[in-house]
Amino acid sequence: MLEINNLHVKLEDEDKAILKGLSLDIQAGSVHAIMGPNGSGKSTLSYVLAGRGGYQVTDGTARLEGEDLLEMEPEERAAAGLFLAFQYPVEIPGVGNMTFLRTAMNAQRKARGEAELSSGDFLKLVRSKAKDLKIDADMLKRPVNVGFSGGEKKRNEILQMAMLEPRMCILDETDSGLDVDAMKLVAEGVNALRSEGRAFLVITHYQRLLDHIKPDVVHIMADGRIIKTGGPELALEVENNGYADILAEVPA
Amino acid sequence: MNAAAAPNTRAGRMAARLAATEDRLSGLVLPAGAGWLARAREAALARVKSMGLPGKRDEYWRFTDPADLMSDAPKPAEVFQITDEPAMFMGVDRLKIVFIDGVFSAKDSDPLDEEGLEVIRLSDVAATDIHWAQELYGTLEAEAQTPVQRPLAALNTARAADGVLIRVTGQVSRPVSLVYQRQRDDAELILHHVIRVESGAQLTLLENGPGAARCSIVTEIDLADDAHLHHVRAMGRDHQRRALTHVFARLGARARFKSFTLAMNGALVRNEAMVWLNGANGVAHLAGAALGDGVFHHDDTVFVTHAAPGCESRQVFKKVLHHGAVGVFQGKILVEQPAQLTDGYQLSQSLLMDDACQFLAKPELEIYADDVKCSHGSTSGEIDADHLFYLRARGVPEDVAKQLLILAFLAEALDEIEDHHLAEDMRLRLKRWLNRHAD
Repeated sequence: MLEINNLHVKLEDEDKAILKGLSLDIQAGSVHAIMGPNGSGKSTLSYVLAGRGGYQVTDGTARLEGEDLLEMEPEERAAAGLFLAFQYPVEIPGVGNMTFLRTAMNAQRKARGEAELSSGDFLKLVRSKAKDLKIDADMLKRPVNVGFSGGEKKRNEILQMAMLEPRMCILDETDSGLDVDAMKLVAEGVNALRSEGRAFLVITHYQRLLDHIKPDVVHIMADGRIIKTGGPELALEVENNGYADILAEVPA
Repeated sequence: MNAAAAPNTRAGRMAARLAATEDRLSGLVLPAGAGWLARAREAALARVKSMGLPGKRDEYWRFTDPADLMSDAPKPAEVFQITDEPAMFMGVDRLKIVFIDGVFSAKDSDPLDEEGLEVIRLSDVAATDIHWAQELYGTLEAEAQTPVQRPLAALNTARAADGVLIRVTGQVSRPVSLVYQRQRDDAELILHHVIRVESGAQLTLLENGPGAARCSIVTEIDLADDAHLHHVRAMGRDHQRRALTHVFARLGARARFKSFTLAMNGALVRNEAMVWLNGANGVAHLAGAALGDGVFHHDDTVFVTHAAPGCESRQVFKKVLHHGAVGVFQGKILVEQPAQLTDGYQLSQSLLMDDACQFLAKPELEIYADDVKCSHGSTSGEIDADHLFYLRARGVPEDVAKQLLILAFLAEALDEIEDHHLAEDMRLRLKRWLNRHAD
């Protein structure tokens, strides 16, 4: 599904390398988690994959189902099936949540040559998905994320994911700022989307999200690279001992 | 006048200005008329001569050069034919009052007798006594000469040959719609309207232009206690037009005045508004959305005076500027000592779509009462990169995302239009403009 090979990325206007030869291979149907200390480049990876400006890829490749992601505009990546659940979803005053969702959905459908969703079908769909995530009608009517609590913003991200049905979902610290109940709700939303044809990359600081979203593979990232890969037990090891032991194993 | 005053002193410059004004206006023939109207015009001309015509070095005109607004003849401006969308307010049931090239056209207008309304053409006034209009014509304009002089408004009072006097005495079933059409490239429009809304009465006033190559419109509005006026103005899409408008509004207790102006294109437009909240608990909202691309200079100059307690005022002016377009905002809230519990708000923002655009702003608050809530903000900037990326990351193409964000930026101004259908119509027009001007 997602193949990243020897990816090197630096900041566009500074001579500062952030990703230094990162490789990852995520198969359809699987859930991968990336853990790592602050500043290891986790969020940069998610932004670079989604196509945010301000970064320069100096080497390496990233392919989504064989297609070169790095050549595509952000909207093309979305239409191709990539979704990034933001760590800090932005508030956009003046743009209604529903208008936004419907515009996004229909733009993706159009880009894929599919028919647009009628307004009735859209409403039915969004109401049922919103209900599962305990997002009330009032939240749907408000401008995108404006006045939402931290938990509401993250639930809104998952709602967008549920509506857009991407094949490759990247969750960037979706657990940050969530209380236990909100985290459960978000995890249930994610688990409901797990399927054969879909893959997840869950970026997190803490093991606790992985109690709810069980990963198949866990990677430890440090200084712009994956330094260790293992099963779910690796996340427990981090939880118990911190990153220091693992970092010490790796030759600098 | 001391003719010997050195030309580089303030007194010397003033003397030179007055002499030049006298000279410029010496050949001016005021419209034919008699009685009170003639006297009001003569008094206004005397006001102009005592103040002198403005110059671009005046503080009040520092961002907008008045030269083209007062040259002897207007620069010809090509008549812009709109064929790609319905005429403004087309679908609204309204009482139409049409001016073509600045002259009232009876055959294009509806009959002026309407329940709850008194409408009189200014040019029909002759020597008739119309007490309510007599008390107002030129009065609010004269009052508006302090603290800042507006000689071009006085010149309008003196020169305007046409316009309407409207008195609202009850519930009017449909809006009054002033329509300014143009046929000639070189037409000049000088109109002066007087609107008096009696206690408890309500009116919606629609205006749509552009009307002429050069326009000067003064509207004096007097709202009695509990009177409401909802004013929605669309200035047309002509690129080369020049326009100067003044709205002077005086509000009684609990009166409500809402005014929204849509401006798309225009080489030079200055819209001045001066509002006095003279009765307790009055409400005045002034808003505007202006979009320009290339040769575009749009100036909103607003002055709101809170003279009575418990009043609310809002100014919301938004501009979207492309390819070197220029936006100007000069806005002031003056809260006088008796105006306790004032709620004042002023927002002026511009979206600069490229580096060549300019937004020049002078927001001011002057407060003499101690228990007031006043806030103001003035910003200019590009489309927020994080907002744009968020929309694109969800699959919204860049041009569509930009349009959504521009309309979102304008939304707070459009929200000041009370009628939802009108607001939606304006929004669609803005959207079409953005489509035509997408890079």
